[in-house]
Amino acid sequence: MSVTVSTRQPGLAWRLPFHPATVLVALFLLVYPFIATPFWIVQIGAQSLFLGVIALSLMFLAGYGGMVSLSQMTVAGFAGYMIALFGTNHVNIDLAWPWWAQIPAALLLTTLAATLIGVLAVRTAGIYTIMITLAIGMAFFYFTRQNYAIFNGFSGFASVQAPVVAGINWRDPLPFYYLSLAVAALSYVAVVYVARSTFGLSLQAIRDNPRRMNALGFNVYLHRVVAHGLAGFVAALGGVLLVWMNGRISPGTIDIGPLINILVIAVLGGLRHPVGPFVGAIVFVLLQNFAIDLIDRERFNTLIGLVFLGIVFFSPDGLLGLWQRLVEGARSAGTAGGWTRNRSS
Amino acid sequence: MKLFILTFLNGLTQAALYFLVASGFTLVFGLMRQVNLAHGSLYLLGAYIGWSVANITGSWFIGVAAGFLAMSVAGVLLQVGIFRRMEGQDLRQTLVTIGLSIVLADLMLATWGGKTYQFDPPDWLFFGKVPLYFVKYSLFRLVLLGTAIVIGIGLWLFLNRTPIGMMIRAGVDDRAMLACSGVNVQRVFAITFAIGAGLAGFAGVVGGTTYSIAPGEDAHYLLASLVVVIVGGMGSVTGAAIGALLIGLSEQLGLAYSPTYSVVYTFVIMVAVLAFRPQGIMGRPA
Repeated sequence: MSVTVSTRQPGLAWRLPFHPATVLVALFLLVYPFIATPFWIVQIGAQSLFLGVIALSLMFLAGYGGMVSLSQMTVAGFAGYMIALFGTNHVNIDLAWPWWAQIPAALLLTTLAATLIGVLAVRTAGIYTIMITLAIGMAFFYFTRQNYAIFNGFSGFASVQAPVVAGINWRDPLPFYYLSLAVAALSYVAVVYVARSTFGLSLQAIRDNPRRMNALGFNVYLHRVVAHGLAGFVAALGGVLLVWMNGRISPGTIDIGPLINILVIAVLGGLRHPVGPFVGAIVFVLLQNFAIDLIDRERFNTLIGLVFLGIVFFSPDGLLGLWQRLVEGARSAGTAGGWTRNRSS
Repeated sequence: MKLFILTFLNGLTQAALYFLVASGFTLVFGLMRQVNLAHGSLYLLGAYIGWSVANITGSWFIGVAAGFLAMSVAGVLLQVGIFRRMEGQDLRQTLVTIGLSIVLADLMLATWGGKTYQFDPPDWLFFGKVPLYFVKYSLFRLVLLGTAIVIGIGLWLFLNRTPIGMMIRAGVDDRAMLACSGVNVQRVFAITFAIGAGLAGFAGVVGGTTYSIAPGEDAHYLLASLVVVIVGGMGSVTGAAIGALLIGLSEQLGLAYSPTYSVVYTFVIMVAVLAFRPQGIMGRPA
């Protein structure tokens, strides 16, 4: 995992620009709304997509930067609060800006806030980062709950509406799904692209050996802060979708539970590849909605906690790691298996 | 003036409570390099168990002892049953403690429900007042303050003057070397965890008596422990005392004088420390 490993075999690369499975998944995601009910389109589909986007920002920081940040949901929630404040909400602490002003403003301010969090968090490394980002996230939670002048305290904001652009209400199931899909796809491609760029490669090198990179003249501090800023922008996109879907935002959205849920999603899917957070988000959302059929609805947290513990115990690379192990197990059972495995590792 | 003295004393007692919780957290961290994010859950679980035992036996003191003992045992079980299996993988250990805290919080909600509990300590202790200069202050809170100071000094003596304390300090400096010199490191780990977790349970009962116990207190005291050790320096008991004093006082003074922004002061202290001394006030560079 020291560099971006392409598991594609060299011989196949020129024949197909994409792996056939990728094409199938993309096709499925595009036709999905036509075979699903509105509940499945929004509650399961769109929600998995934007939770995946928020978890993707954590995957980017943790997987490529080695910085496990627990404040990604705080960043997303901050973007949600900004949308509520710049747009319209049920109490009159709002600016009612048009959509083309409120969205860029929210994204910009959130990226700035995430960069500031980064400036603080990268003062330390390793497990300290978890502690500091958790402390920052919870401080913001308690602050929004106490503060009525800006954040309207405990009740937060309701009636936050997605804009109507080009005659389309973007909160209707179909447009909202495709919007979420577009944001998710763009974020995914952006993360893959950045990971392979010079910046991404030096970030991964810093993750593996910060002292050596420092000695080579790379600005370790700046790379890490910029990574926080980029991840913050991705999380902000997810946060905007989140507030549009729920139509409301309150301190409960950024409580310690949701903060940790993002970590659960990312770890569940796997922190090694950008597709992991989305896999994790689908499993998480499905469990959340259908835990009622498995166990008592009230005990969802016990279930998800146990699933999380199981993953951490038995497959540190998440479901992706589990899948990879299964595939490799099947391959090494075959005759030519050993060769491909050695080549790709 | 009266308000200030009262607030100041409230800050001190709050600091005492934070110190009790955070000293266990920092001790475990210092020795095992393991961030126990389930520490807040140990606090709340200790409080609930203490309350149940006190309710059955009718004695508050037995409740306090039960909170301490139950969490000590829980700590040893955690160390032997879980953390020992993934030694040296600090990220994985941290993730496990997060998973545990999710499950524990939910099970506690299932067992004790969402309501708020109040302890029933002896009247002379809880309603007793002590005259201090301008004000009369709660005897219970002064006893809490005294207890924290005694425990703080006790911990310091234990760490600096006893053979086991020596082993723990040696373990903080170089775990591998300690194991090489023939010490049963696993036993030292278990003892440290028992003390740390037990202190959290003890603080749970005492803190639950001072205020109340309800779901969400686990997150509150986890945050307090985090901020206190970030400010004070990881792994240092003295640092935990200094951090607890700063945070407890700023929180109570903030609540009294500018309630909407009291969290901000805590945060500003943390940021200031991180900016000028990233390893914490008493911490050593990693």
